[in-house]
Amino acid sequence: MKKTTISHKVQIMPPSGIRVFFDLVLGMKDVISLGVGEPDFVTPWHIRESAIYSIEEGYTSYTSNKGLVKLRTYVSQDLKKRFGLHYGVEDEILITVGVSEAVDLALRALVNPGDKVIVCSPSYVSYAPVAELAGAEVTKIILRSGNGFKLTPDDLKKAIEPDTKAIMFNYPCNPTGVSYTKTELSAINRVLERHGILVISDEVYDELTYDFAHTPFATLPGAKERTLYLNGFSKAYAMTGWRVGYACGPKDIIAAMTKIHQYTIMCVPIMSQMAACEAVAGTRKPVEDMKQEYQRRREFVVGRLNEMGLSCHKPQGTFYVFPSVKKSKMNGMDFASKLLKEKKVAVVPGTAFGPEYDGHIRISFATGFDKLREAMDRMEEFMKEL
Amino acid sequence: MDVILELLQKDARITPQEISKLAKIKVDEVRRRIKKYEKEGILLGYRAVVNKELVKDKESEVRALIEVKVAPQKDLGFDKVAERIYSFPEVKSCYLLSGSYDLLLVVEGRDLKTVSRFVSEKLSPMENVRGTVTHFLLKKYKEDGIILKCAEEDRRLAISY
Repeated sequence: MKKTTISHKVQIMPPSGIRVFFDLVLGMKDVISLGVGEPDFVTPWHIRESAIYSIEEGYTSYTSNKGLVKLRTYVSQDLKKRFGLHYGVEDEILITVGVSEAVDLALRALVNPGDKVIVCSPSYVSYAPVAELAGAEVTKIILRSGNGFKLTPDDLKKAIEPDTKAIMFNYPCNPTGVSYTKTELSAINRVLERHGILVISDEVYDELTYDFAHTPFATLPGAKERTLYLNGFSKAYAMTGWRVGYACGPKDIIAAMTKIHQYTIMCVPIMSQMAACEAVAGTRKPVEDMKQEYQRRREFVVGRLNEMGLSCHKPQGTFYVFPSVKKSKMNGMDFASKLLKEKKVAVVPGTAFGPEYDGHIRISFATGFDKLREAMDRMEEFMKEL
Repeated sequence: MDVILELLQKDARITPQEISKLAKIKVDEVRRRIKKYEKEGILLGYRAVVNKELVKDKESEVRALIEVKVAPQKDLGFDKVAERIYSFPEVKSCYLLSGSYDLLLVVEGRDLKTVSRFVSEKLSPMENVRGTVTHFLLKKYKEDGIILKCAEEDRRLAISY
């Protein structure tokens, strides 16, 4: 028999169970997709224009491994201005290929074989597989709809074991839209502090927080030395394709991450970094306009979904809602497939974000209002015809 | 600006129910405010945005921007003269500007001759009009914030995490 060539680690990685469904969507025409995990806006023109300029001027080389000093300076100033957070340009900031790379670097830099890493479920798809690739044992905390999909200090207390090293935390959360107030975060932080648990905090949706001000985890009392703050340009500035993110944190962790980064990536493409510079330094008007638009769509979509019996919590951030499909008496996968075939509306089955969520679907309202309205009408028809 | 006006300006077809959901204002209140705005002349009409670059319309084949120098009238300033000028249906827009001339007109007509005749026979001879400069418009790229070409297709993957 032929020996398999693939490493054991990769072999045991769970395959994406909904790949088949994704392929079905990608193969169909005239579908209104509410399954897109990125803004429907194109990167604002002033940012695109500055990237074009930088290429014209010949910025086509490598940059320092950590990223352009200019960009790190802007990031540092931005965090100071928005949150009063201080990170040193020289040794506390690393520019990465999106937050995705930062998550990978963080886990590889921190985890020893057998260390436990807490991942909340439902969560963004990469956390658990990447943690396992890094050699961690993943402790899952199953968040329940009854609690509004929020992590509570009690959940944490139950999940923490002596060899728990870190928690992979994300708020506002993809796919539920849940975010946390400063008070809620403080309670979580107290538990983590007691056990000396590191926090890898993915806050890439921070600018899309609607009901209260976003509080970075690193600003909580005593949390900064234990927190790796991850953020990026994709969501706030509609820059997904540029692949620019950053990690800020204690010097030793950033240095360790930089080691891996310099051997694997070298540096983020310079033109993307130049574009990111313009994003932080330039006008904030497009960010505010996009946020306002998402906020309005949120009200519209949550209202329509609840009216048609797909009950959902109002997301406090992001552009996602995570309604229950209980009323349809189908699971999320069947619901999504039938909706796609009959009404040509695509949504993501909840199981994509954890096997426990087969009673849910994720709907993205990063879609123009005209299409959103049409999709809601079709879904309402669909529910009536069941 | 009131969010109701903002939403209507973006899409005149939007219903009071939809405005109510998007802006979290009760439907009755939305209706009441729209009525009020109509009465006060704040909402003057609801219409489609037609790309005239693509549609043949005999009556507006030729467009010109016309600079007009005006001698203002005592007590009335420019308003009376402007009114006499904008009352011509050929004049689609009329602005009072600072700078080297006073009024800027957008004039439409079926051909060059019609527009020229309007300038030479109606506009120039008018009392108080000191002089005019006519610029014929060759192509429109963007108007009132709208880029005059088809919306680009969505380039995103139809589904992603």
